[in-house]
Amino acid sequence: MDFRTLFEPKKMAVVGVSLNNDRHPANVIFNKNYFRYPVKVYAVNPKGGEYYKEKIYKSISDIPEKIDLAIIAVRADLVLPVLKECVAKWVGGAAVISGGFAETGRTDLTEELRSIAEEADFPVIGPNCLGIYSPDHVDSFFLPSERMVRPEGGNIAIVSQSGGILVDQMVKFAGQGIGLSRAISIGNKAAVNEIDLLKFFARDDRTDVIAFYVEGFGPGNGREFALAANRCPKPVIVMKAGKSEAGTRAVSSHTASIAGDYAVFSSVMKQFGIVEAKDEYEMLSFCESLGSYPSTIKGRVGIVTASGGHGAVAVDRCSQSGLEIPVLSNEIQANIRKNLSGSIQKIASLGNPLDLTGSARDDDFVVAARELSRIDDIDCVLVLLLPYIPEVTSDVGARLGQVYQEENKPIIAYVPHVEKYKMIIEGFQLNRVPVAHSIEGAILMVDAMKRCKAC
Amino acid sequence: MLGKKIKPIIERSRKHGWILEPDAMEILKTAGLDLPQYLFAESEDDAAQFADKNGYPVVAKIVSPEIMHKSDVGGVVVGIADEKELREVFKRFSRMNGFSGVIVVEMLKGTELIIGARIDEQFGAVIVLGIGGVAVEIYNDTVIRMAPIKENDVASMVADIRGQKLIKGFRGSDPVDIKTLTSLLIDFSNFVIKLEPFIESIDLNPVICTGSRCIIADARMILSISK
Repeated sequence: MDFRTLFEPKKMAVVGVSLNNDRHPANVIFNKNYFRYPVKVYAVNPKGGEYYKEKIYKSISDIPEKIDLAIIAVRADLVLPVLKECVAKWVGGAAVISGGFAETGRTDLTEELRSIAEEADFPVIGPNCLGIYSPDHVDSFFLPSERMVRPEGGNIAIVSQSGGILVDQMVKFAGQGIGLSRAISIGNKAAVNEIDLLKFFARDDRTDVIAFYVEGFGPGNGREFALAANRCPKPVIVMKAGKSEAGTRAVSSHTASIAGDYAVFSSVMKQFGIVEAKDEYEMLSFCESLGSYPSTIKGRVGIVTASGGHGAVAVDRCSQSGLEIPVLSNEIQANIRKNLSGSIQKIASLGNPLDLTGSARDDDFVVAARELSRIDDIDCVLVLLLPYIPEVTSDVGARLGQVYQEENKPIIAYVPHVEKYKMIIEGFQLNRVPVAHSIEGAILMVDAMKRCKAC
Repeated sequence: MLGKKIKPIIERSRKHGWILEPDAMEILKTAGLDLPQYLFAESEDDAAQFADKNGYPVVAKIVSPEIMHKSDVGGVVVGIADEKELREVFKRFSRMNGFSGVIVVEMLKGTELIIGARIDEQFGAVIVLGIGGVAVEIYNDTVIRMAPIKENDVASMVADIRGQKLIKGFRGSDPVDIKTLTSLLIDFSNFVIKLEPFIESIDLNPVICTGSRCIIADARMILSISK
């Protein structure tokens, strides 16, 4: 299925715009797109009338233009006739915002919705969802613009079964400076599901990383998803909720007990090189890392720091994650040492981790990061920066970012995320170097690259 | 396609919800998997004759549609040394609920693994490999892979088992023959895919592995509900 017109519609209709309630979801959706997005928006309500001096159409069929995307926010029992009209009018696709389907026991409505969509090969998102957020193109979330936190445009697509989790992730993306290509809340996924979107994003030129929040797959869909993700040339990240066993399934064999639902899920993700994020924090770290480096590494890390303690903590976490920290040869160490500034030449320890000591300057970090980047046995450089030591300046982020640009070996930085160090952080990020706000977070970023086999 | 022998076994097992061990062994035999010398003995004399011919020690296990977990009720005796002991065990078993016979098996030595399968609603057939025995759920040293298993999956499966040293040879014990284990896993996974509509889960536990063979010493097959 081609969802491009849904994510980049030229003309859209919002069905269910209220004449007397400005907070109605349809009105919120109409308003934000009407005022803030390049898409041409048509309001639909059977009563007709005017809204912002624009005509309200009595039905989709009355709109004189071809509609790329219909947002449907009418009562559940009124949705199906609207969908049929969309199909008849060759609308590009629809998102059904309305709830009141399978989640309230109306599986009949859900089934009918599915069969309308399937028979006409008509893409329907939802029901019971927020729909589509596509930076610079369209936003069908019924959340007033001033309440939303919008991440910058970027290369990561998020697909979420839950609208709430999706909006939360967007807040965190924005906070962390991670850019989004598209976000889509699929709700009850009666017609369009994770597999359809995975296949679309695999080809979408604005998307380099595809992240999913999943509560559960439909029967057999987990298998199909895993196989499709394995064929996908882009990193796929999945976070799963509902990990605990329901406890209702009678367990009669050892295998049934061992291979519970979540154990199977997690194992299959790993088997097919899909990166499983255990929680939102991991999700964020993985997205940031793979968004910059959608490539797989063996997991041999070179660590540069100005503190023995930081090095030791990082080494512990690396070994827990199965990452290696190769010891540097005497020859390489000597080569690095001769280029360090005089004040640390004798006191820096360079075996890996490289502890440049609290007297290190920007130049020393640059020398160390550059030399590590040139070692074939190292496939990622971890810079644990201590921005408060006296000789480090606010230029250090941009300068190390430059090292990445020149050497093209992944660098992950750790800088405490406080206002004071913002310029250092941006110096990295503007050069596409991800910056973690904890040592653990930095190692999660390295781990993501190692676990992502499909890249 | 399922062999002619398998369908009727499944049909007649439906009323129990699982397949009795002699039938499960029969099914595995048709799949060409490596089984020990065994006999489903309905009489003491048959049991004794089998053991005489194949040599002691032997293992005796209760066969009863009412007893799925044999060890839990003392329904498994290993290392039976002579005819007298075998006949005593047989008599004791024959007083158990639903007794329909005794399976007498040659005694094997080697590394005990579990190989299992479950039909998962979201992912279909999945295969489990791990360190076997009755305590398997306590240590849970197992790995899960979606079927079908391919040749190059096996090395990564073994590598993910904490007790992999037991498989690769530990303190003088023979390493498990990885080639044999690989072909067993591949054959088993293909076999499970064929059985998928009928089963819920399968335990092959233990599978006793030596330097040259992987022998399925016990099998439990749970049928799926009404398909």
